[in-house]
Amino acid sequence: MSMTAAVGHAHADPHHIGVVIEHPGPASKRIVTAYGFWVFLLSDIVMFSCFFAAYAVLSGQTAGGPSGAEIFEQRNVAIETVCLLLSSFTCGMASIAADVRNRFWFYFGMAVTCVLGVIFLVIEFREFADLVARGYGPSRSAFLTSFFSLVGCHGLHVSAGVLWLLTMMAQVFAKGFRADVLRRMMCFALFWHALDIIWVGVFSVVYLLGGAP
Amino acid sequence: MSDQTHIPTGHDLAPGEEEQHSVGERILGYVVGLVLALLLTATSFFIAGTDLVWQPSIPVALIVLAIAQMGVHLVFFLHITTGPDNTNNVLALAFGLLVVFLVVGGTVWIMSHLNGNMPPMDQIMRMRT
Repeated sequence: MSMTAAVGHAHADPHHIGVVIEHPGPASKRIVTAYGFWVFLLSDIVMFSCFFAAYAVLSGQTAGGPSGAEIFEQRNVAIETVCLLLSSFTCGMASIAADVRNRFWFYFGMAVTCVLGVIFLVIEFREFADLVARGYGPSRSAFLTSFFSLVGCHGLHVSAGVLWLLTMMAQVFAKGFRADVLRRMMCFALFWHALDIIWVGVFSVVYLLGGAP
Repeated sequence: MSDQTHIPTGHDLAPGEEEQHSVGERILGYVVGLVLALLLTATSFFIAGTDLVWQPSIPVALIVLAIAQMGVHLVFFLHITTGPDNTNNVLALAFGLLVVFLVVGGTVWIMSHLNGNMPPMDQIMRMRT
């Protein structure tokens, strides 16, 4: 921290971008918190990349069981995708409302985000339950194991996100737009947008590429 | 130094945070991102089920569309840009992407070679019995 404060005038403009910054000092807590959370999100994405790699290797190993083209329903996946995308948008609206301290639009945006997230989870859960009921559970083949672990891991993240979302609504209700609550809200928005980015990978790689005949 | 651009005294931007904008501009940014993402998603789903394009090009097209959509999300929703106050965030992202490409690319590469060098499964079964 003290390093930033000690930067002299000679290093104030290292890239010659024409903007001279005068002794900015240690970064504010808001920036430090969000940056730390950003690093966590990147490590979470690295973890997901391992699941993606496993799926890419095992997607053909069906062991006589069903292939992706036989069990994936594009219509459901399209609905899930639209739900998550819209929820990302409403989450953005809610964080703008939090920044301008507007309670009504904050609650409204968060509530819509929550409903869309829950719709996503219900569709996914029904898809999983249907597959297991037909005997295509995660133990059927290596392909299904990798499918359930990748998509299920994303679903667990969305579930945790919904719980976090409800916590944020309760905290704003009980404590108001305090600085620490706003920091948590910013981290939640980052988390939710990152989940949507991972879902882009999931529907492209798992459902569209893996569902090709 | 009279011609220096005016910059508020806070300099770094937290990830997810925008530069100073009015509420209307911020909402417009999200709307643009949403429209672009919806267009790219619709294209992906259309390409995956169509006969109109050359079939072997479909996987490449899907991957390119997915990467484009991730870029749209990063810029319009997470506000990761190439601005000077975003350097730390971009560097962390670049390192994360490096690890992701090493893990996924390396795994697919190695495993496809292993598959290519392995005798067919029924042959292995016969060797063991």
